[in-house]
Amino acid sequence: MATIRQFGYQVSKDRQIDYDNNSRNLIRKVLEKEPSLNNCISCGTCAATCSAALYTDFSLRRLILLVRRGETESLKKETAKCMLCGKCQLVCPRGVSTRHLILQIRYQLQESGQKTEF
Amino acid sequence: MKHVVVVGGGVAGLETASILVSMGYQVTLVEKEDVPGGHVKRWHALFPDVRPAAEVLAAILEKSEKGIRMQYNTEITSIQHRSNRYALVASNGWQVEADAVVLATGFELFDARKKEEYGYGIYDNVITSADLEDMFIAGKGIHTLQDKAPQRVGFVHCVGSRDEKAGNLYCSKVCCITAVKQAIEVKQQLPQTEIFCFYMDLRMFGRHYEELYKEAQEKYAIQFIRGRLSEASEDKEHRVVLKVEDTLLNKPLKIAVDLLVLMSGMVASKQTQAFRDELGMTKDEDNFLKPVDGILHSNLSGVEGVFFSGTCSGPKNVADSLADARSAALAVDKYLK
Repeated sequence: MATIRQFGYQVSKDRQIDYDNNSRNLIRKVLEKEPSLNNCISCGTCAATCSAALYTDFSLRRLILLVRRGETESLKKETAKCMLCGKCQLVCPRGVSTRHLILQIRYQLQESGQKTEF
Repeated sequence: MKHVVVVGGGVAGLETASILVSMGYQVTLVEKEDVPGGHVKRWHALFPDVRPAAEVLAAILEKSEKGIRMQYNTEITSIQHRSNRYALVASNGWQVEADAVVLATGFELFDARKKEEYGYGIYDNVITSADLEDMFIAGKGIHTLQDKAPQRVGFVHCVGSRDEKAGNLYCSKVCCITAVKQAIEVKQQLPQTEIFCFYMDLRMFGRHYEELYKEAQEKYAIQFIRGRLSEASEDKEHRVVLKVEDTLLNKPLKIAVDLLVLMSGMVASKQTQAFRDELGMTKDEDNFLKPVDGILHSNLSGVEGVFFSGTCSGPKNVADSLADARSAALAVDKYLK
């Protein structure tokens, strides 16, 4: 039987953040290990100084928000872009331990690699 | 002895009146309600130090007990200039004459029902910042209409402020820091509750406000989401479902909260606007009273013998209202001397 997809139609993926159904296990675990994350005011100083951002679309400001909202799909790919140079930590006006934060996100993602909850 | 009438018994009117008394003037303070204190008596605690509002009000009232003639339950409806003096008439027939008049007629809260899409007066669990203060004062805990402790609370900044659709282009100044203060107070009572503030931009203009904002994030894990609420709806469990854009992620966001608090802004009170028109004072775009010079002469109305004190000339916090009230007393003194 022919389906509608064969005619070139597709169902668009919803862009909406569904906060009520997204899992917040990751942000909980990350905050436990790196509570300074709570001080972030999304100013973007980290993303502006980022060495990796010169060559990729990596943004720590955005990464933090994705983790906060439980939008975890792209995180593994995103965190891999960071070179851990630590420049972001030097410029953060709110004292967020950014380098440790990224390591923690990576670590937690790795830990959960076998599980499906993220 | 020269006689000054202060219209309005909120903190500004009380402060101006008590200073004028100490300067040796005969002062009558006219208040439309049966008790003094205006908006401040509806507050549980004041920002930024979460100090009991009752304590501040008591200190102001203590001074006012000495020598001010208090006229309660009296709403002045007319102020008329009669050969260098003023004749004031109230709706209950009460009348008085004065050598100078101080308008301390303050503000009113923006009626949140006008932002119909936010559901105040329609959904069970949408309240205003003033309602939340009432809840704090009642001391029976923070609860939904169904008498449950909320697991999630949302605060919406700029309700009725900076909004052409609400007819108000200006910033009401105090709502940002009020939301931060109230969010902390809710979190102190309900540590497991998740709290979200939805803002356009945060205006922590006063001393120690920024520090309180940081404390809200650092110590109380309150989350600030940049995005203005577009619409709210109610689900079966009487929760309020919010639709905002998470503007820093460039994505629409849907989230249900058990209690939604609307930060109602300040609007010029009806009485303030009526006196402006009766006395022929300049109408400012924001409807508040316009001083002769906003920097150099913030208390001068432009009408001889009529002065401004407090929020009738624009949104102010308590400290700024009191400072303005003291300055008003000096302006009156300079005029009457």
